[in-house]
Amino acid sequence: MSKEMLYQRDVYGKTLVELGKKNPQIVVLDADLSGSTRTALFGKEFPDRFFNFGVAEQNMMAAASGMASCGKIVFASTFAMFATGRAWDQIRNSIAYSNLNVKIVATHAGITVGPDGATHQALEDMTLMRVIPNMKVIVPCDGPQTRAAVIAAAEMPGPVYIRLGRAKFPTIDIKEKFEIGKADILTEGKDATIFACGVMVNNALEAERNLRAAGIKCAVINMHTVKPIDKKTIGAFMKTKAPFYICEEHTTIGGLGSAVEEVVAHAGTNCKVRRIAVDDQFGQSGEPDELLKLYRLTAADIAQIIKKDLKKYKG
Amino acid sequence: MELDRLKEKIKQIRRLIIKMLAKAGSGHPGGSLSAADIVTCLYFNIMRHNPKNPQDPNRDRFHMSKGHCCPLLYAVLAECGYFPQEELWKLRRVGALLQGHPDVHTPGVNVASGSLGQGLSVALGMALAAKVDKRDYRVYCLLGDGEIQEGNVWEAAMASAHYKCDNLCAILDYNGFQIDGRVKDVMGIEPIEDKWKAFGWEVQSIDGHNLEQILEAFERAKQIKNKPAMIIARTIKGKDVSFMENVADFHGRAPTQAETEIALKELSDE
Repeated sequence: MSKEMLYQRDVYGKTLVELGKKNPQIVVLDADLSGSTRTALFGKEFPDRFFNFGVAEQNMMAAASGMASCGKIVFASTFAMFATGRAWDQIRNSIAYSNLNVKIVATHAGITVGPDGATHQALEDMTLMRVIPNMKVIVPCDGPQTRAAVIAAAEMPGPVYIRLGRAKFPTIDIKEKFEIGKADILTEGKDATIFACGVMVNNALEAERNLRAAGIKCAVINMHTVKPIDKKTIGAFMKTKAPFYICEEHTTIGGLGSAVEEVVAHAGTNCKVRRIAVDDQFGQSGEPDELLKLYRLTAADIAQIIKKDLKKYKG
Repeated sequence: MELDRLKEKIKQIRRLIIKMLAKAGSGHPGGSLSAADIVTCLYFNIMRHNPKNPQDPNRDRFHMSKGHCCPLLYAVLAECGYFPQEELWKLRRVGALLQGHPDVHTPGVNVASGSLGQGLSVALGMALAAKVDKRDYRVYCLLGDGEIQEGNVWEAAMASAHYKCDNLCAILDYNGFQIDGRVKDVMGIEPIEDKWKAFGWEVQSIDGHNLEQILEAFERAKQIKNKPAMIIARTIKGKDVSFMENVADFHGRAPTQAETEIALKELSDE
């Protein structure tokens, strides 16, 4: 079974053009990475509504707030590292505090950036955005969901962070209509519950198929919205008593895993939770597949961890 | 407003700043007093704005990048009628309309400020939005002299010239002091005219307490084409309160009750 492979950023660029045609309030900003983030597609179509800020992310983010205060729906893009790291203060104080309509769509998140190495592999961006009041955090799992998320973000007032990858992601055939804050339940299963976002959704689904062949049935949940987290769905799965596995291409500190665990801890249940993520480390150079193996984020890793755990729990 | 009345208004603004800070017990008098002439001139003689419709899309925008000097902004907004004067006496209190640094709940404030160095970018964004929307409003941005030590300011300076934002006018309140002392001792910013010129700005240097010079500089700035305008206003920190003038300590300290009485006497109409 060969799946369609798409660059999320290709879809992003095309969706911006689509939105730009419908809504003259859409403006797009970039910081010298418009070819990579694909905002150049919008720039070509609407040169009067596209602004390249050069290598100056702080200026771009604060200017985005000024434009949004004048009624624009502003999309500001660069790599996840520079968007959330370099310009964090501008995002917090100039955009989010004033609850302005700025959509930060960052590409090249996570270790699947590959050969560029640790300086370009944002593994902390979800945390950095999640801690800011008013900010919503969305991590689409594939191309089609990227389109849906970008459209939903444009329609939702206030600041939104959307995290996209660099590499091509396999398309997952999601039937449910995308809604910010509402998780997609992709498979049902009573033995384990796997929460995942971004590229890890596909890995979780692959692990689920392998485990199913071995008689272990897992629920796989696509947590495309990390904030606001879908407490209802998490609560429903806590009731099944199946252990939780939370998969993200991100540090274990503060991202999806933390968001889910906060809900679990608040409920006071003794639900078992295991994290499949990058354990407080930097990334490094390598091909995306090699790095996913090295940091133990592949489908095989997920399946192996679950198998081992379930054996232990039974024994 | 005629010059005599404008002078009276500015005196009144300075009195409000002192009273407000005395009541709050904390805040920033020095830079509020140094920029009082500039900001009052803007709101009463230069800017197109309507306190009854603070969201008018065609209004001129003012962004106080040196957000800590909001007592000045609040006094001016109250005098314009954006909100009742009583609000001034609740500055910095829990639940108050007027926060310790500007935020958007205050009528007349467009975007929050306070974390230094971001405001010129915010103003640039407003200026670019005017171009997109083909509106003729102008954007004014007040910067502090210590503030321009932030790198973000120079990113914004570069971009404003790149985009030929002739609808953008920045004012540098060059009072020569920052929290830790004299600007020239903490981190020198000279040669300041040359820096802004090199970044592609049309630069005017004025006495920031001379109303004729202030008004003339703003009018001249309106005529400049294809370039952003910078007005370097040489000012006195703590202006018109003798014991606050050129005293770094009054950057961020409210006057005591005794000091307040002296200050108000010095600022009285006699």
